[in-house]
Amino acid sequence: MFQYDAAKLKDQLLELLRLAATDLPQDVVDSIQAAHDNEPEASSARSVFGMILKNIELAREESTPICQDTGTNIYMVHIPEGVSMRKLTALIHEATAEAVEKSYLRPNAVDSITGKNSGNNIGEGQPYIHYEEWDKNTIEFELMLKGGGCENVSTQYKLPDVGLGAGRDLDGVYKVIVDAVNKAQGLGCAPGILGIGIGGDRMSSHMAAKNQLFRKIPDINPDSALAEMEDRLKKDLNTLGVGPMGFGGETTVLGVKIGSLHRLPASFFVSIAYMCWAYRRHSMILNTKGEVSYD
Amino acid sequence: MIKLQLPISEDAIRELKMGDQVSISGLMVTARDAAHKYIHENWPDWLVPVLENSMIYHCGPVVKKHEDGSWSFVAAGPTTSIREEPYEAAVMEHYKVRAVIGKGGMGETTLTGLSKSGGVYLHAIGGLAASLAKSVIRVHDVYMLEELGVPEAFWHIEVKDFPAVVTMDSHGGSLHKSIKAQSDEVAKKLIFG
Repeated sequence: MFQYDAAKLKDQLLELLRLAATDLPQDVVDSIQAAHDNEPEASSARSVFGMILKNIELAREESTPICQDTGTNIYMVHIPEGVSMRKLTALIHEATAEAVEKSYLRPNAVDSITGKNSGNNIGEGQPYIHYEEWDKNTIEFELMLKGGGCENVSTQYKLPDVGLGAGRDLDGVYKVIVDAVNKAQGLGCAPGILGIGIGGDRMSSHMAAKNQLFRKIPDINPDSALAEMEDRLKKDLNTLGVGPMGFGGETTVLGVKIGSLHRLPASFFVSIAYMCWAYRRHSMILNTKGEVSYD
Repeated sequence: MIKLQLPISEDAIRELKMGDQVSISGLMVTARDAAHKYIHENWPDWLVPVLENSMIYHCGPVVKKHEDGSWSFVAAGPTTSIREEPYEAAVMEHYKVRAVIGKGGMGETTLTGLSKSGGVYLHAIGGLAASLAKSVIRVHDVYMLEELGVPEAFWHIEVKDFPAVVTMDSHGGSLHKSIKAQSDEVAKKLIFG
């Protein structure tokens, strides 16, 4: 039976939250640096990227949030057999409230009916925690902070889409993604990273799209058709000219990540999870000795 | 870089053109979704001295409360402005607000309103929260904190050298409109060949 020290784990989860809010992952920083270097000298796009890179450094140095919208906190937790999900959820809640007190997180949970902010970032469905059992004797917490601006431009299409001439095949998928990114313009804090879910039902399709965002930017899709599609989309979307924050420029997306699910014969959904450039995700693995490693 | 000191006159604002980079100092106020809804339903007089010839910042900050009861801004980038499209032109005209600062730009109603009442839309960089919080040198006051919560309250703040770009001016110019028109053309080719 996997055992852990609850008080210690709460502090380790707090550190995971601090990292997620204040320290942008290196693969994302590298990708933004490359985008900066690719924009013409003296262009406004290059200057925006320059400011973004400075802000990333400042947030890391001073341990303050990169973006004031510390987002929906999305956890994917892998647990060995027999670990109580209920108890882990309680610890995550405790760490969350403490992270608000320490100004790592904004109180971001608003009662949809009364409009009242809960004050500690905890409420119905917040944070969002998904558990899966695995056969390793460690617990893994993957955490993503997804802001509201980019969530608002995330969307779902169903194929066929007559207006776009998009049929039920990869070509149709391509068309709706171009449409979504063009409609998003700079509103989702471009350049974005796209998580795409093809198939499933409305709910699982969105979930598949979000899951893609746990991949690192340089990784290559094991499915060669999807890998090719990811490259083609990235290249073509960057000709739209939306640029960082919608100011115009060569970089509209930093990456495209596609996954697929089986679907019903009647349904063909394409879900697009748009992530802003402040692509905040970190993970933590807890072993049986109570030690953690962060990534 | 054009320096703007608040309060600012309508004439000074009308001189600004799309693409101008500005640096703002003085007192302004944050207001976002719930605050705009509140204003639009109540049109309170207490906001007149706060808003007249000043600016509204679309921002829901991360703040820190100090032991002596004072506040400071920890993270304070702009939020998406288009959600205030149903309210903003009327709010700006009623209170003589000279600019809104946000991200993503606004629509036709606001653009028309800027020409009519003398205002501009200023774009700050989204996600630049750590840097922009440094430009907020003092929290002068906070209004309706209990009712609206931290992100949505009216934070009356003093800024110094707050950087932004004019992306919509009082002469009908909108960078957002022109970028969209270009990208629409490219998207059409990609989709329909």
